[in-house]
Amino acid sequence: MRRILGYSVLALGAVLYLAPFVIQLVTSFKTDPDAVAHPLSLLPDPLSTDTYRRLATDPAVDFPRWFGNSLLVTVCVTLGRLLVDALAGYGLARLRWRGRDAVFGGILAVMSVPGVVLLIPKFLVLRQLSLYNSYLGMVLPLLVDGMGIFLMRQAFLQVPREVEESATVDGAGVLRTWWSVVLPMVRPALATLAVLSFQGSWNEFTGLLVATSDPRYETLTLGLARLVSGALGQGEQLPLKLTHRHAVHRAGAGRLPGRPQVLREQPAVLGGEGLVARIS
Amino acid sequence: MRRRRESLAGWLFTTPALVLLGLFLLAPILLAVWVSLLDWDGTRNPLAGGVPFVGLDNYRDLLTQDGLLRTDFATSVRNTLYFVLLAVPAQTALAFGLAVAVNNKLLRGRTFFRTVFYFPSVTSSVAISVVFLFLFSGTGAVNGLLRLFGVDGPTWFADPRGLLHLLLGQPPRWMLDTRVFSLSLWDWVSGPSVAMTAVIVLVVWTTSGTFMLMYLAALQNLPEDVGEAALIDGATRWQRLREVTLPLLRPTTFLVMTLGLISTWQVFDQVYVMSQGNPAKTTLTPAYLSYQRAFGDGAFGTGAAIAITLTALILVLTWAQRRLFGEGRG
Repeated sequence: MRRILGYSVLALGAVLYLAPFVIQLVTSFKTDPDAVAHPLSLLPDPLSTDTYRRLATDPAVDFPRWFGNSLLVTVCVTLGRLLVDALAGYGLARLRWRGRDAVFGGILAVMSVPGVVLLIPKFLVLRQLSLYNSYLGMVLPLLVDGMGIFLMRQAFLQVPREVEESATVDGAGVLRTWWSVVLPMVRPALATLAVLSFQGSWNEFTGLLVATSDPRYETLTLGLARLVSGALGQGEQLPLKLTHRHAVHRAGAGRLPGRPQVLREQPAVLGGEGLVARIS
Repeated sequence: MRRRRESLAGWLFTTPALVLLGLFLLAPILLAVWVSLLDWDGTRNPLAGGVPFVGLDNYRDLLTQDGLLRTDFATSVRNTLYFVLLAVPAQTALAFGLAVAVNNKLLRGRTFFRTVFYFPSVTSSVAISVVFLFLFSGTGAVNGLLRLFGVDGPTWFADPRGLLHLLLGQPPRWMLDTRVFSLSLWDWVSGPSVAMTAVIVLVVWTTSGTFMLMYLAALQNLPEDVGEAALIDGATRWQRLREVTLPLLRPTTFLVMTLGLISTWQVFDQVYVMSQGNPAKTTLTPAYLSYQRAFGDGAFGTGAAIAITLTALILVLTWAQRRLFGEGRG
């Protein structure tokens, strides 16, 4: 009896956690009047793929470009962080040099500064370096990742010293030892870092918001945010922006291993009396 | 010789990270302070001179001079205060509850439940904000659900009324007339607006999964013999949870609440996407106000001053929290 109660509570929780995704996915296949009249219904009537068609064809929504930009930034940031963090992590964990502990302490200290204070000066730095409105300017600031350095340092600390010593005896230099001997041994940490970096940079919003103002460089998050916050008053491309959101989400979550297929799908379309009235 | 080579290698390995940290973390921190002392409109180079240096004027307008700016700032602090007070305990309690539930070894489908509860945490804040915008719209799913129970839901994101206001009804005259830091006493106590409540629900929903994972990790590291000892002593499940598990998890609770406090004070994405501070500025937050003043109105000095003040506020609160809950008790 008690068990049934426990499962019921958990199941109810699971429904609450999944419902927003499921409802929005279903809604993306509804027509506008249907969505307004039956927000909770799980069966679109009639079934409509209009929003998806418009997402692919409407010139007002440069979806392919947003997607491409998101992918480019995400891949560059992920690869860049892996390299930078693995280098620094090794330097901080294993190489002996003067000032090492001070540097590590310093990194931990600056990491604790709230991100909100960095928005304006990041914009300023990027402009001073002539990197504002450029891919480089979008990627480089995102490579700053104290958490990742910390993660890699801890991983390198666990590698037995003997492994490096035998490599040195065999005549390998520091770089060679790092690349072909030690790095393969911290693969799990690298994998974790890759997943975290990919997810983090795919979802990145504020960092990119102050790095570009040019539609050519818009990523999915930037494009969607502009569409929603800017167009909400006008309401013109409402169904479109909702379908687009579906894609932001799907790509972001889909990269993570082990997610149920159904969860990768997600929403599109509708709601808001005032808004709907204005679309017509 | 070998030592020197190793020392050189150490610096070389760390240099890329240090250059990036210096350019995009350390320099910006210093620049934030510098810009907050300027009257900078975002166009000219603020480092070369020629931009008016105004000293502490931006802070004076923000903190001591009664005006629109201070009213906006006070409003944003008030909004966020309610936000933090509701969201942090809610997400901590929820995360703890979920972790205890899915940590039960007898539970079938544990992996499934963990995935489900963690799922909102990996989604894009922008995407999920849009989802909620439409769930909470006048004709959205939330109101549809409420209608099933015979409740006429509000138009969430158009409703600036405070929750306490809804409970207490009309404000007494003296509360409207007493002004504290640019806002009437009534403004301070009327609670988060209906619109802000929707944002709070969203944030609790998206963060509880991450914090659940932290509790799970801690739960799995707990020594089993303590729980067994309590079991032998005849403690009920509830007693073991309250008297044994919870105290042992105190460091995790402290971590979760600190992280929660730091992030909730900086709420930005959700406000940017869902409400832009509306209705009637009841979802305005200091982070959004800072962005809006700087990038919207071109008052970068003011924006920087808001950000610095917010940072100071966060540091003080984190420190206070550590003094209250942290040391000597964890």
